[in-house]
Amino acid sequence: MRRSVSLRLVAIFGFVFLYAPILSLVVFSFNESKLVTVWGGFSTKWYAALLEDQQILDAAWISLRVAVMSATLATVIGTLASYALARFGRFRFRMLLSGAVTAPLVMPEVITGLSMLLLFVALEGIFGWPAGRGVDTLVIAHATFGAAYATVVLGSRMSALDRSVEEAALDLGARPLRVFFDVTLPALAPALISSWLLVFTISLDDLVVSAFVTGPGASTLPMVIFSKVRLGVSPEVNALATLVIAAISVVIVLASWQMRRAAAQTR
Amino acid sequence: MTEAIAARGARPWEDPAVAPFLQIRNVTKRFGSYTAVNDVSLDIYRGELFCLLGGSGCGKSTLLRMLAGFETPTSGQILIDGEDMSGVPPYLRDTNMMFQSYALFPHMSVEKNIAYGLKRDGVKRAEVATRVTEMLSLVQLDGLAARKPHQLSGGQRQRVALARALIRKPKLLMLDEPLGALDKKLREETQRELIKIQETLGVTFVVVTHDQEEAMTLSTRLGVMTAGEIMQVGTPHDVYEYPQSRFVADFIGSVNLFEGRIAGDFEDHATIHSPDTGSEILVSHGISGVKGQPVAVALRPEKIAIERRLPETVANRLRARVEDVSYMGNLSVFHVTLPTGKPVKVSQTNRLRSDDDAIRAGEEVEIGWDGAASVVVTA
Repeated sequence: MRRSVSLRLVAIFGFVFLYAPILSLVVFSFNESKLVTVWGGFSTKWYAALLEDQQILDAAWISLRVAVMSATLATVIGTLASYALARFGRFRFRMLLSGAVTAPLVMPEVITGLSMLLLFVALEGIFGWPAGRGVDTLVIAHATFGAAYATVVLGSRMSALDRSVEEAALDLGARPLRVFFDVTLPALAPALISSWLLVFTISLDDLVVSAFVTGPGASTLPMVIFSKVRLGVSPEVNALATLVIAAISVVIVLASWQMRRAAAQTR
Repeated sequence: MTEAIAARGARPWEDPAVAPFLQIRNVTKRFGSYTAVNDVSLDIYRGELFCLLGGSGCGKSTLLRMLAGFETPTSGQILIDGEDMSGVPPYLRDTNMMFQSYALFPHMSVEKNIAYGLKRDGVKRAEVATRVTEMLSLVQLDGLAARKPHQLSGGQRQRVALARALIRKPKLLMLDEPLGALDKKLREETQRELIKIQETLGVTFVVVTHDQEEAMTLSTRLGVMTAGEIMQVGTPHDVYEYPQSRFVADFIGSVNLFEGRIAGDFEDHATIHSPDTGSEILVSHGISGVKGQPVAVALRPEKIAIERRLPETVANRLRARVEDVSYMGNLSVFHVTLPTGKPVKVSQTNRLRSDDDAIRAGEEVEIGWDGAASVVVTA
């Protein structure tokens, strides 16, 4: 009995540790007062103010577009890379590919961002593309580190796939490309979804790399929030953060529900 | 055990005028320094149900995968219906395979699984539907067309895999441990059904199995494999009654091996001097060998008589002591020891429900067998 009490205490402490800051943020987003730390009664006026703030709405729209595009691109690249790593056997440069693909995971973001910036500037100097920095460069940069996450997520699923299912399709007259679309891809579907969602959230959240590779007129949501906070935390930011948390919670619940359904089907 | 062969009747492998359907010529497969299949040559005839029998790691699955085109032989040649298969990828071969794990497509219904091969061949939609329905009733899965594989039992999945592999009417069907995942009762039923389906469709089957009972029941002929080599090929009867080596005698069924040397070699019989029995064993068939050559006398437990006192007419009689009796239901196995210390297994059918006069452990008895009951192996 004593053990279960102490266990419960530890669990409570853990939850408090993780969620108290978030909870206080949510609570204060409904604060009437303009002072963030003083409770002045319940109000939803900051949410209304948020909808009037064109700068935030623009940034949110850019962030969303970048996240969707880079998640899609990263998942495609990750699928190809993990397929090559799992299926092509011991080809030349396999080690190099496996290392190169996952390197951005451990690379400091500042370095990733800086090298991306230098690359884009050099490319512009030589080819005239990308002309300036904005959504295009953001998508490319986010897809680059996103592909690393996608490769890891998809790679583990790919190596767990039963090779003989693909062989069965080959045996029944399907050419290799056909096998990939008929058998491999459907089997990867749950991993494709989770990899897409993972890259989507990472992209949505990224500040450091974005700050390097974007240009004027293409500020992402985290950049806008960050610059606003530097001028003092406004309750408007709390409201925005609460909305983001709500959106992410919905996505996570949907994703885990979908994964559980998929897992039940393959059992 | 031999009904299957008797029902089929024909023995094409004995007829030099019949060309083999599948020819495996000196096929070797190496993985790095490991030789999985070592210089195997084998002819299989149209309409056969051939079993490759061997323990795990003996190379039987690798051989099968080379027939399907998933592995390429390091050297040697495979001909199917006279056509050289080297360089032909699996999707262009007129063969199909049933996988050990069944390898059903998990996201497709039973119907779609079975239809897959026909669709790849570009068969018209209407014909696909009729042939799938035919196949479903052949494997007795009517009414389950819309189910997904995860909604089926193991036995049902096995049938879907079989139907899917058969629907393209392949020239050659390969089955990798087709009944391995089924429980004993279901396995026996399915074995009979498999033979029936094979006879109905006339497709040549090559089955890989580690279960000797299954190989005996199913096959027209079987090949015993070990360490990448085929030790013996023959009908189940030939392989069981006339093993050519100690390995085959021991691998198929249970056997007593008496080591010894040829003492006398006459036209109609031979004698083997064996230190194992401490006597000269009479074998009522001539053998090819020289005097003094080391050989072994292989003797199945069910071919040995056990009595308190055997009649003098029995050619080989030995005194023995019963150490233990195992009751198996249909038969009893007596573990006896000869005065030389050599343990011998003797089995006897239990004809009565209970026998007060049965031989019990600790008794001194006589065991004996006829000169025609044993077989001499040299290898």
